[in-house]
Amino acid sequence: MTSALVVAGCNSGGDDEASSESELYKNPVTLTWWHNAPQDGPGKVYWEKVAKDFSALHPTVKIEIEAIETNQLQRTRIPAALLSNDPPDVFMSWGGGELVEQVEADYLKDITDQTKTEVANIGSAAEIWQVDGKQYGLPFRMGIEGIWYNKDMFAQAGISAPPTTFEELNAAVTKLKAINVTPIAVGAGDKWPAAHWWYNFALRACSVDTLKKASKDKVFDDPCFVKAGQDLKAFIDTKPFQNNFIATPGQNDPTSANGLLANGKAAMELMGDWNRGTLDNVATDKAKLAKFLGWFPVPAISGSAGDPKAALGGGDGFACAKKAPAECVEFLKYIASPEVQKGYAETGTGLPVVKGSEAGIKDPALKAILQATSEASYVQLWLDTAYGSTVGTAMNDGIVGIFSGKGTPEKVVAGMKAAASK
Amino acid sequence: MTSTDQTRFPAGGVSAPPAGHRPAGRSSSRRAETRRKWYEIIGLTTPALVVYVMFVLVPMGFAVYYSLYRWRGVGPPTEYIGFKNYTLAFQDPIFLDALRNNAIIVFGSLLIQGPIALGIALLLNRRFRGRAVFRLLAFVPYVLAEVTVGIMWKLILAEGGTVDALLRSVGLGSLVQAWLADLDVVIWTLLFVLTWKYVGFAIILLLAGLSNVPHELTEAAAIDGASWWQTQRHVTLPLLGPTIRIWMFLSMIGSLQVFDVIWVTSVPAIRSLGASGTMATYMVDNGFFARLWGYGNAVAVILFVISFVAALLFQRFILRRDIEGAITGRAN
Repeated sequence: MTSALVVAGCNSGGDDEASSESELYKNPVTLTWWHNAPQDGPGKVYWEKVAKDFSALHPTVKIEIEAIETNQLQRTRIPAALLSNDPPDVFMSWGGGELVEQVEADYLKDITDQTKTEVANIGSAAEIWQVDGKQYGLPFRMGIEGIWYNKDMFAQAGISAPPTTFEELNAAVTKLKAINVTPIAVGAGDKWPAAHWWYNFALRACSVDTLKKASKDKVFDDPCFVKAGQDLKAFIDTKPFQNNFIATPGQNDPTSANGLLANGKAAMELMGDWNRGTLDNVATDKAKLAKFLGWFPVPAISGSAGDPKAALGGGDGFACAKKAPAECVEFLKYIASPEVQKGYAETGTGLPVVKGSEAGIKDPALKAILQATSEASYVQLWLDTAYGSTVGTAMNDGIVGIFSGKGTPEKVVAGMKAAASK
Repeated sequence: MTSTDQTRFPAGGVSAPPAGHRPAGRSSSRRAETRRKWYEIIGLTTPALVVYVMFVLVPMGFAVYYSLYRWRGVGPPTEYIGFKNYTLAFQDPIFLDALRNNAIIVFGSLLIQGPIALGIALLLNRRFRGRAVFRLLAFVPYVLAEVTVGIMWKLILAEGGTVDALLRSVGLGSLVQAWLADLDVVIWTLLFVLTWKYVGFAIILLLAGLSNVPHELTEAAAIDGASWWQTQRHVTLPLLGPTIRIWMFLSMIGSLQVFDVIWVTSVPAIRSLGASGTMATYMVDNGFFARLWGYGNAVAVILFVISFVAALLFQRFILRRDIEGAITGRAN
């Protein structure tokens, strides 16, 4: 009797899965969608349009949007919702360490079979949303990091071309100081904008294999990680940053690092592709900003083990909860379609990921990033995302210690190792 | 403190009326009255008790349970590690910094806010024109939301901000500091902001206490030839004792648990370097941002135990006189 019931149960379960594929768009479903564009702006407006368009194409699907500030979304709302029995169907995913944890806890839908076309179209960037070769999410935005700069200030200081090596960058810093300009703005108050300098030194000091291995095994024994801190310390000692950088916030605030760049109070800032949008938010004169803003890749360090053409980058994507209806995957595919991606590119808030959507990009700085992204030999995901929040937080804390003058290159690595065991 | 009230309240002699006073022959009506009393007590306290158990005791139990696990908040907790999270916390120099910062805020609040509030309350208790306006001004910071206060002071204290400009304009330019960026200065800056924010609460509490000081006593003192200061020192202050002690209690517990003003005014980097973090901000930084959920729960339990012990000691040794009848006395 019991065994018969079990068998029956198995059968019906199997039937359900088979039928859900064929019954796509037959029953009315509601998809809950959590994204990170809560501020009124082109991003939020565009996602509303995408949801409306999808419902118009498939009248059985209703989409309920919840827009939540990034930190709150990633650190508290999504983890808590996934623990409960009622997670959102579609939600933000950064890939990397967090995605691995979510997959291990069996929270996410395996979308490998349904998204082969999209993954091929996105290319290597899609790998960040893979665990053990299986696809669990699709990106909609991806770009590498570089240095945003003020072309007018560079001209005034007599810097003829953007630096391609750290020697040239140091020379540029000296020239900018000579005309009384803050050479580089850094939002060390928020930790990660400062930490990204260390990531770039690590990218130059460590070989690609070392970086890949560290992401996978969370082992940081290679001396290149200490070297990264030493290089950073030497760079900080040249005093390239603004005063009191340890308390300066990163973005979205007139007193923040990108506020300083946007309003002509600093000449450079290291930041990702989304900076085009955040600079606009804090600029008092948007037209002036558009005129002076330029972008160049992070310079190479001569004689280092790392690949000088490697770059740091990352993106935003969406994943589906394990229990989400099959329509959820269709919605992910819709977001990753060339038409939706082209529309996203036109909002100017970030770089699209799908081939064929480049035409939407208007801004010259974003075009430069797109070109550099395609020329990069290897794109390393932001280290704090790649290593997961626990190691990432300890790493960023250690790096900020170097910035404050209290920490040491060795302490950064020791902190990362301790966190990996916590 | 609430839990002591809750657990001891039913034992207040209701169930066991003093024997020997029971008049013979009327015991049945007395029993009915006792029963009615019990129904009233159960009926009136049950809703509050249910809410209290569901939203205070049960989560506290969960916090203790989770704190014994190595748990990143993904999937259910499975890796039992005993008290390791607790030992880890006390080995972390940043947590010890947070404890030190909490101690600075507790003693700083008591020693700075108390005298200021007392002085202002005594002055505002006198009759003069515009007294209501001054009372209002003293209370305004307390009414403002913590986040508003934090952002406001962040802008005022920014490099080249209002404070710096003010100091320079009066020739004290040498005092200009990186108020929120200097690791040695920031905790004192925050203590100043907290004092500014919460001194109004102490003033209002003390003014309420002062209004309970009988006019006849101060009048009698004046007739006897006491000066204003002597009257305050020997009549008003002793009568204000219970109010001062209650304020000290609230201030101490609030300072141990302080979170929002610190969170908003100081930036993450300064917090994670140990210069401005408190136990509560440390808990959120580790529990949520570093995704150490088990560890964060352990910190929450430590914060609770410290507050609870402080509250008990304060009640036992300082508040005893004021609450004698309320807890230890018989209800009827």
